[in-house]
Amino acid sequence: MPDFDLPRPVLLTFIGIGAVLMAATLIEITARGRVPEDMRPRLKAWWGMVAIYGAAALIGRTASIVLIAFTSFLALKEYLTLIPTRRADRAVLLLAYLAIPLQFYWVAIGWYGMFIIFVPVYMLLLLPVPMLLIGETGGFLKAIGTLHWGLMTCVFSLGHAAYLLVLPPLPGAPAGGPGLLLFLLVLTEANDVAQYVWGKMFGRRKIIPKVSPKKTVEGLVGGVVTTAALAIALAPLLTPFDWPRALAAGIGVGIAGFFGDIAISAVKRDLGIKDTGALLPGHGGMLDRLDSLTYTAPLFFHAVWYGYY
Amino acid sequence: MPSGTAITEAPAPARLLREAFFLGVVRPLVAIVLGVNLRHGERLPIEGPAILLANHNSHLDTLTLMALLPHRLLPRIRPVAALDYFLKTRWLAWFATRVIGIIPLDRRPKPGSDPLAEPEAALARGDILILFPEGSRGAPERLQAFKTGIAHLAKRRPDVPVVPVFLHGLGKALPKDAFLLVPFFVDVFVGEPVAWTGDRTDFMARLERAMHALAEECRAPAWD
Repeated sequence: MPDFDLPRPVLLTFIGIGAVLMAATLIEITARGRVPEDMRPRLKAWWGMVAIYGAAALIGRTASIVLIAFTSFLALKEYLTLIPTRRADRAVLLLAYLAIPLQFYWVAIGWYGMFIIFVPVYMLLLLPVPMLLIGETGGFLKAIGTLHWGLMTCVFSLGHAAYLLVLPPLPGAPAGGPGLLLFLLVLTEANDVAQYVWGKMFGRRKIIPKVSPKKTVEGLVGGVVTTAALAIALAPLLTPFDWPRALAAGIGVGIAGFFGDIAISAVKRDLGIKDTGALLPGHGGMLDRLDSLTYTAPLFFHAVWYGYY
Repeated sequence: MPSGTAITEAPAPARLLREAFFLGVVRPLVAIVLGVNLRHGERLPIEGPAILLANHNSHLDTLTLMALLPHRLLPRIRPVAALDYFLKTRWLAWFATRVIGIIPLDRRPKPGSDPLAEPEAALARGDILILFPEGSRGAPERLQAFKTGIAHLAKRRPDVPVVPVFLHGLGKALPKDAFLLVPFFVDVFVGEPVAWTGDRTDFMARLERAMHALAEECRAPAWD
């Protein structure tokens, strides 16, 4: 049984996303050969993602939280697969995985105090304990540092997206928590696409060639402007924001998304790989898709929390 | 259990139990807890007889390979596994033969006996064998030299494609002697079938080369 009714604005936004995807798919079909070759698998993966997350939204809040928890699990698994780990730390890694159901349980019961300190404090203190008991000190700092960064990025940061769902409804925002979450997701992903497209069409001046050679000033500025415009357009439907706040949210998501993106790029550079995985054909791995969200989700959440709760 | 009798008396797999175990436990485990990065999956056999030749690091190797082939082929798939290990206790023997459907292989055959009789008979029936030519799981995530049993089998059945498969990550997820399964994405790289060349040394060299070439494709982060 659905444990909450999907607000009408959220449903409308999903229909809008479907229409945009449909348009992109038609363009891809009619202009095949003139558009990038990976557009087809990319679009296919987008359809799949929208279908899965849309279905979860329709089923209800618990289903949505479980799906975000599972997404978090995939991201952490991908991260732990990529980074060097120590054989002695198998039990420690398992303990890190165990943080996922707990963290999302705090979300589901709306225990904000626990949600906000569990990974940054308790897991920070707990994860080294089995390592210390095992007594393997060679590479200790690297092992605990990389593991906790992964947990913070893949579980704590992404978990903020789920916590939006349990925020109490605000006056003047009929879409409630699901509206805020969808607003965040649409802006973050649209910003990724917009920065990519602007960069591809007009990109000339490189920003950080050492980390990500494809990032250009033109892509970043075009993306941020596009995202800001989209934020102003969607805010009345999904959020309690007036237009200056919507503008700030759009610019914030645009810039934060950029840094989330290049943070994962730096991880990939460091490890000498191109994609974080092969889960999403055309996109790469889960972290390739979620990189921006690891920055935008907590920042957006805390802006809302500070401003409205 | 005397080894001579075990080969002939290994009971046939229990079909329904096996299907239920693979659909209900193995496939979800491989797809969700682990997650497979499959490269060149189109090279996997779509019918028997065939031999899948993989490197061996974990008990999960067999389950993962079996889960990668279409479910309709399950009754055809027979992993060849060490008799001295899998038929050691009654319960393990029951599970290995009835549920996993192994063909027990005597690693120290008595003089005059033919340890490859059962695998050969299975190929004649059109089965797909899973073989680990390293002989044991060994040190995790390290390739060992191949044993030549596969060459004897290929010589007897030169028509059967021998498909090399390189597995990485399963030895991290569940190494030898470990009890905890730790989730990792695993790599499965499938090579082109290697044909029997008429010469054992040459054939073995080709197999080892094929496996090392697949291993080169795989970027493995440090794990020590």
